[in-house]
Amino acid sequence: MNAQPSMVSDPALPYVRLEAVSKKFGEFLAVDEVSLEIRRGEIFCLLGGSGSGKTTLLRMLAGFETPSAGRIYIDGEDMSAVPPYERPVNMMFQSYALFPHMTVEKNVAFGLEQERLGRPEVRRRVAEILEIVQMSAYTGRRPHQLSGGQRQRVALARALAKRPKLLLLDEPLAALDRKLRERTQFELLNIQERLGVTFIVVTHDQEEAMTLSSRMGVMESGRIAQVGTPAEIYEAPVNRFVADFIGSVNLMEGRVAARGERDLTIRCEPFGCTVRTTRCVECAPGDTVWAAIRPEKIALASEGSPLEASGDNRVRGKVREVAYMGDVSICLVEIDSGKTVRVTLPNRTGLAAQRDLRHASVTLSWDAESLVILTR
Amino acid sequence: MEQREGQKITPRRFPGRQFVAGIPALWLTVFFVIPFLVVLKISFSEARLAIPPYAPLISWLHGLPVPQIHLSGYAYLFTDPLYLRSYLYSIMVAAVSTLFCLLIGYPMAYAIARAGDAWRTFLLMLIVLPFWTSFLLRVYAWIGLLQNDGLINNVLLLLGLIHHPITLLQTDFSLYVGIVYSYLPFMILPLYANLEKHDPAFLEAAADLGARPLTAFLRVTLPQSLPGIAAGSLLVFIPVVGEYVIPTLLGRTDQIMIGRMLSDEFFDNRDWPVASGVAVLILLLLVIPIVLLQRVERRQLEAES
Amino acid sequence: MRTRGLFSRSALVLGLVFLYVPIVSMIVYSFNNSRLVTVWDAAHSPTLKWYGVLFSDGEVLDAAWLSLRVAVCAATVSTILGTLAGTALARFGAFRGRSLLVGMTTAPIVMPEVISGLSLLLLFVALQQAIGWPQGMGALTITLAHISFCMAYVTVVIQSRLAGFDESLTEAAQDLGARPAKVFWRITLPLILPAVLAGWLLAFTLSWDDLVVSQFVAGPGSSTLPMVIFSKVRLGVSPDVNALATLMVSVVASGVVVATVWMRHRQRRREHDAQLAAAANL
Repeated sequence: MNAQPSMVSDPALPYVRLEAVSKKFGEFLAVDEVSLEIRRGEIFCLLGGSGSGKTTLLRMLAGFETPSAGRIYIDGEDMSAVPPYERPVNMMFQSYALFPHMTVEKNVAFGLEQERLGRPEVRRRVAEILEIVQMSAYTGRRPHQLSGGQRQRVALARALAKRPKLLLLDEPLAALDRKLRERTQFELLNIQERLGVTFIVVTHDQEEAMTLSSRMGVMESGRIAQVGTPAEIYEAPVNRFVADFIGSVNLMEGRVAARGERDLTIRCEPFGCTVRTTRCVECAPGDTVWAAIRPEKIALASEGSPLEASGDNRVRGKVREVAYMGDVSICLVEIDSGKTVRVTLPNRTGLAAQRDLRHASVTLSWDAESLVILTR
Repeated sequence: MEQREGQKITPRRFPGRQFVAGIPALWLTVFFVIPFLVVLKISFSEARLAIPPYAPLISWLHGLPVPQIHLSGYAYLFTDPLYLRSYLYSIMVAAVSTLFCLLIGYPMAYAIARAGDAWRTFLLMLIVLPFWTSFLLRVYAWIGLLQNDGLINNVLLLLGLIHHPITLLQTDFSLYVGIVYSYLPFMILPLYANLEKHDPAFLEAAADLGARPLTAFLRVTLPQSLPGIAAGSLLVFIPVVGEYVIPTLLGRTDQIMIGRMLSDEFFDNRDWPVASGVAVLILLLLVIPIVLLQRVERRQLEAES
Repeated sequence: MRTRGLFSRSALVLGLVFLYVPIVSMIVYSFNNSRLVTVWDAAHSPTLKWYGVLFSDGEVLDAAWLSLRVAVCAATVSTILGTLAGTALARFGAFRGRSLLVGMTTAPIVMPEVISGLSLLLLFVALQQAIGWPQGMGALTITLAHISFCMAYVTVVIQSRLAGFDESLTEAAQDLGARPAKVFWRITLPLILPAVLAGWLLAFTLSWDDLVVSQFVAGPGSSTLPMVIFSKVRLGVSPDVNALATLMVSVVASGVVVATVWMRHRQRRREHDAQLAAAANL
């Protein structure tokens, strides 16, 4: 398992660098001046909805599209105009794209045969990679004789057979059912660690991105909204789009009432409450901002509890709906002003307790630290 | 491969790419386009007793080339009423045949498109099978059926429907039968290709909204099948204008189509320039339908992608 | 709803009868001892007499041999050229001269044959005068002429096959390091092979059947089979031609039947395999 020595072996430099890359299809701007750095050995996820430009970006990395502007550097070399068959990059396609007229063995061997290795060497490496994906028993089968999960492994093996430094994965888990998806996620992580390949994964599935990636980039309308670790993106989104895109969030619009040295007071009229937080951002009194609070970070207390009814970081309301999800319950609480707040409660005591909540008057409260203030 | 800042990046294409399109293009230029230019050139010449049997277009006077253009051929074509009648007759025959093909072929294509999957392949095979057997032989078969002592007359006589054999051969009737018979697959296949793509949900929606079957057909299916109708009609009309074999074997002897006139002018009269003139005029006539057909096909291709 | 279905279905049946009566009648009368269509010579029919006449007719056999050679050559070259053109039109996107190529590959399909024939003959004569080649009209000129219109048909077949082709397969091959020529040889071509074969058969049939163009470009010495048949049938019905027709129809029909059966068998095998794989479920 000896990887080829790369031309630029300085581990401090990013392995993939995109510099203000744009792609235009006629009048339509699919990718808008994206700059990104991806480090060696990491699993980087590009997360976005359809039309966000993530697939186009991936195809430019693979070489199937040429950037309209900007540059792409892989391992220090400008690869912007290099055709895909000359790049040290391999791709795993969403539809797997297994060659229907070839057996599993021939499919996996295809890339190796392009490298002019001797036949025994090719056979050895094919056996090796099939062993890693646990498909050694299926060498003689054709793609139509395999199930979805089996095809995916073969596609993975074929992409990894050439021991690329960089592997691009296009929605790798989209076609699998839930159980298989979970299992495959962990297998992918194992393989990546074992082989030390840099992964760039494109997906629309947040769960997939959160589980797989060491770092991720959220894309919207051709631009990168935010880059960071899953935790950073979840706990500290930089704008409303990212906050709303990942998981659920309550966005409370308000005006900055006072800005102290270490705290911030925001008056949220639509919600009839005052938010006071130590999570300060650049803003001035009178600015419009949004307090973003995740549903699981809100505490719910029924009437008659010792909590004060008024004050900072709390609000009163009535429970409109309770949705029982098994492990948690999602409560939609309507506040006096008419706005709805979403609260997630763990089902510690079971269904009965949740049933009592319906139509109950409650007080919602949250920590001064458990929220983020967004200015855009 | 370094590029200057701000320069647009062009993807590297593989070498030899121009040959893939270039070789067939070259062949067609030599064997399809240039021949038309030759025809055009010779149409401006005059018949001569020589080999080849036409006057050269360029004669040399004191070492300088002087073009010699004869318009006598075209003059003849435009003034001789026989030619004018033949053109008009050919256009009429083509138009009427196209109409018949449409009237017969549309229901057939419709029935195949509505048939179940297993039936469909079988039926298409049945439609296409005659196409693979010799065109000439199938036209010839009609001689045996239509002649005075042929099968159809015999059956009619046997059934007592007629008492003397009726002349079926070498009439407009036999001409149309032969043309429709030969060109029906060219109408059915594009129609079928179009009808097959229709979403049955549209008809169901129409029925749901209270439309009777005939109305639904006229207002939903028919408009959607217009591209198929256009393609099929042009695929029949254009070649039929210049048809030779069918009119010769089955058609009238007193009024001949323009394809036959061209052939006679060439082989019997050895008048190459006039024959070329006829060809040029047929082409001028067909330019518009050919361009229309290409536009219809391009729109079809775009709709599919 | 029912009545409308009935109308189109009866139209279909009548149409099929219309298509097949002539063919069937030719076949039946090829076995008739009498020359006349009026009389079914029950005493001496069915007979293979006309088949004997056919096979001993030297003119017919020579013509058939010429047609066969021409058709095989023309079909092969047309298929190669048509595949190139179809690939360029389907895969290359916009390129300089594309609309010209499109025009040149669609016009021959509808061009009336008298015009194609005349123009090609005049071209050959002009070439003869200019550069001394081709020396005479014969098998070569017929073949060249046939290639020129057959390739348009092959182009359409290949182009439409490639239009539905899964591009991710060629992209995957490129991604794995194969250059475009390699991709075509090892991925595209094997997968479109049925269409290529269909194109070859189509070109073969068109060349084998062609009358008008051949009449123009064949010299005094060569006659193709359709030319011989045509001169015979201008004079009326000829039972040995019926025999020939029967033979040709039988060959074509058996070919079609074999092809259909084989394709159905392959389809069923695939479905069976896919079911097995799904059942194993991992």
